[in-house]
Amino acid sequence: MYRIEINNLTKYYGDNLVLNNVSLKVKNHEVVCLIGSSGSGKSTLLRCVNDLVPFNEGDIKLDGVSIHDSSFSANELYKRIGIVFQAYNLFPHMTVINNITLAPRKVHRTSRSESEEYAEELLGLFGLGDFANSYPEQLSGGQQQRVAIIRAMANRPDVLMLDEVTAALDPELIGDVLSVIKDLRKKGMTMLIVTHEMSFARSVSDRVCFLDGGSIIEEASPEKLFSKPENPRTQQFLQRIIEAGRL
Amino acid sequence: MNLKRPAPHKRSGRALSAREKYIPTAISVVTVLAVVFILRAVITSSGQWPRIKAQFFSMDAIIEVFPKVLKGFGVNMTVWIISLVVIAVWALLLAVFRSLHGPWFAPLRIFSIIYIDLFRGLPSLLLVLLFGFGIPALQIPGLPRSSLFWGASAMIMSYSAYASEVYRSGIDAVHDGQRSAAKALGLTQWQTLFHCILPQAVRNVLPSLLNLAVALQKDVALLSVLGVRDAVREAQIYTARTFNYSSLIAAAALFLAVTIPMARFTDYITKRDRQRRLQGAS
Ligand SMILES: Nc1ncnc2c1ncn2[C@@H]1O[C@H](COP(=O)(O)OP(=O)(O)OP(=O)(O)O)[C@@H](O)[C@H]1O
Ligand SMILES: [Mg+2]
Repeated sequence: MYRIEINNLTKYYGDNLVLNNVSLKVKNHEVVCLIGSSGSGKSTLLRCVNDLVPFNEGDIKLDGVSIHDSSFSANELYKRIGIVFQAYNLFPHMTVINNITLAPRKVHRTSRSESEEYAEELLGLFGLGDFANSYPEQLSGGQQQRVAIIRAMANRPDVLMLDEVTAALDPELIGDVLSVIKDLRKKGMTMLIVTHEMSFARSVSDRVCFLDGGSIIEEASPEKLFSKPENPRTQQFLQRIIEAGRL
Repeated sequence: MNLKRPAPHKRSGRALSAREKYIPTAISVVTVLAVVFILRAVITSSGQWPRIKAQFFSMDAIIEVFPKVLKGFGVNMTVWIISLVVIAVWALLLAVFRSLHGPWFAPLRIFSIIYIDLFRGLPSLLLVLLFGFGIPALQIPGLPRSSLFWGASAMIMSYSAYASEVYRSGIDAVHDGQRSAAKALGLTQWQTLFHCILPQAVRNVLPSLLNLAVALQKDVALLSVLGVRDAVREAQIYTARTFNYSSLIAAAALFLAVTIPMARFTDYITKRDRQRRLQGAS
């Protein structure tokens, strides 16, 4: 059985076909990267999986159960799938520790002491132990993004989705965030990652999907996709990336 | 995407010499003093000054009337503070009603829109007269008959409409990503509102709300048209009896003693808020 199963997903924004019959299966502990040019529908795909935006056709299953099944409460879905955005979106009026423990406390009714203990553990693990009582604006972009990842992890999700989490960061801060993601992979986290960092996609993923115009055009192991892409459009995309010096 | 702006720099990098630092200050002080002295000389030398002084600044009159005006001012302050608390809560509720999504909440949304249109569109004085004289005149059993109560209610109704629009602008200013983040964490619409949106919204609009509070402090004096014995009314009674206006000056001094510190406090909050924003943007 698959952890996530996306079947024939189709989504329109108005008349604009954004996802065209997309299917994707992710096994437990697998890391899948989505690459593709701007506007190809990568973020929309993640948002559909997390039920943040409605879709028109198709089905999404988590451990074999459709996310729109009546047995699936919204709470449970959000608990089991975490998502982190490019813009961190930390709550600026809350300390780091409160950002992280808000959902465990308010949504999942974990006690304050228990959720704080787990938050401290995660912060320590990712080198942010000193910042529990800081406010987000006192942290660098890379630190904020790591807090955002920890916040998603604090719900103990089964799947973590990351949407261009390094795109807003200065080059020297990207490494810290990427190494956090690599750590999570080692711990066996199932992840669906949208990224523009091709060398990162190559080293972290079990599979890479190339999206273009709302469809997955090519899906292969990173070795194969990056060195011997089959589809001409994939070749073209990678060629542009190479010319931009990003591979 | 890194939009980096260079740090704001002073117009000139070198340190100012003592001359450059103190001469402008000295000139300002001298100018202000000169103007004050000239005005004083002109006013006091004119033949009218003794009359003006007796009419407006009679110490005897002020001392005589002060206890009553002060007692009246107590009414102003009480009404003001109670109204502030009620308005802060009621206006927030109205703003929340208006920001709710979904067909279930349509009645609340429509109620809020009509309420705001109505009460923001009418002069406060008209509302005070209508409520303060009109409702007690109906003599409905079970309803309070005090003009003070109904007049204050009119002020609350009217100011809540304004304050609610201020809150709403604060709610709208909270970035959309905050809602997505809260939703993705599993927070309900209400939890998102209470834990994420409203605290940020209130922080956004605190300076504007404080400005409204200053305006309200002065407008409470409108209740004097109902015969409520506030500071202005007490001063007026004295003026009517003695044809001396010093009582009004006494009342004016009391109002300024509250509104000026409030204004400085608002400036302080505004400045702190702007610094926070600049910091957040860098
Ligand atoms: N809220 C929205 N309303 C209308 N159209 C939208 C909305 N969000 C995205 N779109 C459109 O959907 C298409 C796919 O957008 P999406 O954000 O999924 O692309 P992306 O692959 O994530 O791009 P990027 O790499 O720039 O993040 C785009 O054409 C975009 O204009
Ligand atoms: Mg995107």
